[in-house]
Amino acid sequence: MLRVDNSEAIPVEFSPELVAKFDDIVSRYPEGKQKSALLPILHLVQAEFGWVSAPAMDKVADYLHIQDIEVYEVATFYSMYFMRPQGKYMLEVCRTGPCCLVGAEKIMDHIEQKLGVKEGDVTPDGLFSWRGVECLAACGYGPVLQISPEYTFYEKLTNESVDQLISDLKAKASN
Amino acid sequence: MARKLLLEHINVPGINTFDVYRSKGGYAAVEKALKTMSSDDVVEEVKKSGLRGRGGAGFPTGMKWSFLAKPEGVARYLVCNADESEPGTFKDRYLMTYLPHLLIEGMIVASYALGAKTSYIYVRGEMMPQIRILERAIAEAKNKGFLGKNILGSGYDLELYVQPGGGAYICGEETALLESLEGKRGNPRIKPPFPAIAGLYGCPTVVNNVESIAAVVPIINEGGEEYAKVGIGRSTGTKLISAGGNVKNPGVYEIDLGLPVEDFLYSEEYCGGIANGKRLKAVVAGGSSVPILPANLFMKTITGEPRLMSYESLAEGGFVSGTMMGSGGFIAFDEDQCIVRNTWNFARFYHHESCGQCSPCREGTGWMEKVLHRLEYGHGKMSDIDLLVDVSKKIEGNTICPLGDAAAWPVASAIRHFRDEFEWHVTNGAEAVKRNYGIAHYADPLPKVETV
Repeated sequence: MLRVDNSEAIPVEFSPELVAKFDDIVSRYPEGKQKSALLPILHLVQAEFGWVSAPAMDKVADYLHIQDIEVYEVATFYSMYFMRPQGKYMLEVCRTGPCCLVGAEKIMDHIEQKLGVKEGDVTPDGLFSWRGVECLAACGYGPVLQISPEYTFYEKLTNESVDQLISDLKAKASN
Repeated sequence: MARKLLLEHINVPGINTFDVYRSKGGYAAVEKALKTMSSDDVVEEVKKSGLRGRGGAGFPTGMKWSFLAKPEGVARYLVCNADESEPGTFKDRYLMTYLPHLLIEGMIVASYALGAKTSYIYVRGEMMPQIRILERAIAEAKNKGFLGKNILGSGYDLELYVQPGGGAYICGEETALLESLEGKRGNPRIKPPFPAIAGLYGCPTVVNNVESIAAVVPIINEGGEEYAKVGIGRSTGTKLISAGGNVKNPGVYEIDLGLPVEDFLYSEEYCGGIANGKRLKAVVAGGSSVPILPANLFMKTITGEPRLMSYESLAEGGFVSGTMMGSGGFIAFDEDQCIVRNTWNFARFYHHESCGQCSPCREGTGWMEKVLHRLEYGHGKMSDIDLLVDVSKKIEGNTICPLGDAAAWPVASAIRHFRDEFEWHVTNGAEAVKRNYGIAHYADPLPKVETV
C-alpha cells in the first residue's frame, strides 16, 4: 500500500514556469537519461504544492516518460518527500546521537508542548508541523533543526530560541 | 601551529566569492594542470601524495583513479560524494559552505585527470543552502572561463552540475549514490562490476568524497611528494576532523595526520577538553559506525603507546582494542552519558536508514533497535546482551554494502567494552531509567583530569 493521503489529492497543474525549471534540470543529463531529473523535480513539486500527491507523481511520470510506479517507489524511499499535507512550516529536529548528547530530546519535548501537536501532526491553524529526523550533519552545532521548504538551518537551540523562532514564523505568516 | 592545506583562507571575508578566492591564489591548480600537465601527470601526482579517501573507507585515491576503464568513445564520469550523513561528521558541510570554490577547483582538476566531460556533485537534499551556494559558485566559475567549453584555451571542456539527494544515508555508499543519481531508489549494487568499469549510466565512473577532491588542489599546487611529507607513515597529508559531542570547543579542525589524540582532545587549539569540567568517558573517533572506545583505550593502545590521529594508530589493536579513522567524525562522551541509550540511538538510526534490500540488515537492525530499547527502558533480560552480539554477528559481512557492518560494529563494540553497564541496566532496571551508570573503572586512569 502506498503511504499516500488522497483526501486532498485534487488534480494538479504544472505552471509553464515550473515546467521550464524541469526542462533546465533535464538538460543536465545525457540524451535518454532524463529519469535522473526525478529527485530534483520532486523537490520542486514539493516546494510548489507543499507535499507530493499521487496526481502530482503521475504528472511527473508523464513528463519524464516513465511509469507511475517508478515515481512512487522513489518518492516513498527518500525521507524528504511528504506523502501527506504538512504545516506551512515543517520543523525537522535532528534526533541522532551527537545532538542528543547536547539536549535534542528536550528540545523536541519543548516543541511538542509549545505547538500542542504530536510528532507528524499539523497545528489547527495549518502553520506548523514537526518531526524528529536522522543526522543532519551538523553535530558540532547541536541541537539543530531545519525548516522546509527553504531548509533554513538553526543551530545551538535553546527553549528560548525555539520560542523566538516560532513567534517569528507566526509573524511572517500573518504578513 | 600546523600549516593548513585546505582551510588556510577560511577566515578571509568573501572567500566564498570567485574574485576573493582567486586573489588568494585560487584556481592556480587548474591553470597548472591544464596548461603544464597531461591528465596522466595529474593522476601520478595524486598517487605520489598517498592521499587516502576521506569519506570513510580510506582507499588510496590515486589508485582508485588509475583503475578507471578508458574504452574508446565511451563517456567517463566523476561524481563527488557530498551526501555527508554519517552521525558525527560535518566537515563537508563546512567546506561547501565556506570554501565552495575549493571544491569546484578540485572537481575541475580531477575531472581533467580522469577525462570526464560532465561531472556531478551529489549533495544530500537537506543541504539546500549549500546547494544554492555551490550553484552560485559554479555560475561564477563558468562566467570566468573555468568551466564550459575550451577552459583557459586548453581545449578541455567540462560541465559541472549539482544534484540534490532525497534524504537517505545509504546514498553515501557509492553505488547507491549512482542509483540515486540515475533517479532510482538508493539500493546499493552488487560489486563487481566496480564503478570504475560500470558506474553512472553503465559508464566508467569515479566517486570521491568532497574532502578528497578538495585535497587534490594542494597536491597539484605543491606536488605530490611535498604533500606526502605532511603526516605520518601511510597516513599522509592533513585531515578534517569534525569534533562534536561533549567537547568544549566543537567544530571542524584541520590536523596533520599523526597528531597525538591527547593534543587533539585537550589542547586549546583544538577541542579544549571536555565541556563543563567533566571527565571523558568514551570516544567514537571516526563517525557513528566505527567501534566506540572507553577513554583509557582511546588515549593509549593496549600496549601503552600514546594513540595518534592516523589511520594506523587508531586501528591499532584491531576491533578488540582499537577503532577506525572513518570519516573523521569525532564524538566525545562525558561521564554523564549513558552508553546503552546512545547505542540504542545509533541502532535506531541504522534501522531507519537500512535500504531494506538484504534481509540480515533489514531485519537485524530492527531487532537490535527493539532489544536495545528494552534494555534502556529497564525491561531487558540478561540474555538480551548476548542476543545483541549474536544478531550483530549475523549482520556483519552478510550484506551487499557496508551499512550492515556499520550497524553491527557500534553495538558489538559497546557490549565488548561496556558490558558491565549493560548488565547494570538489567539488574537495576528501575534505577536505570532514572540515572546513568556513570564513569566506572574502564575510564581510569584518565589523563589530565581536573577536579572541580
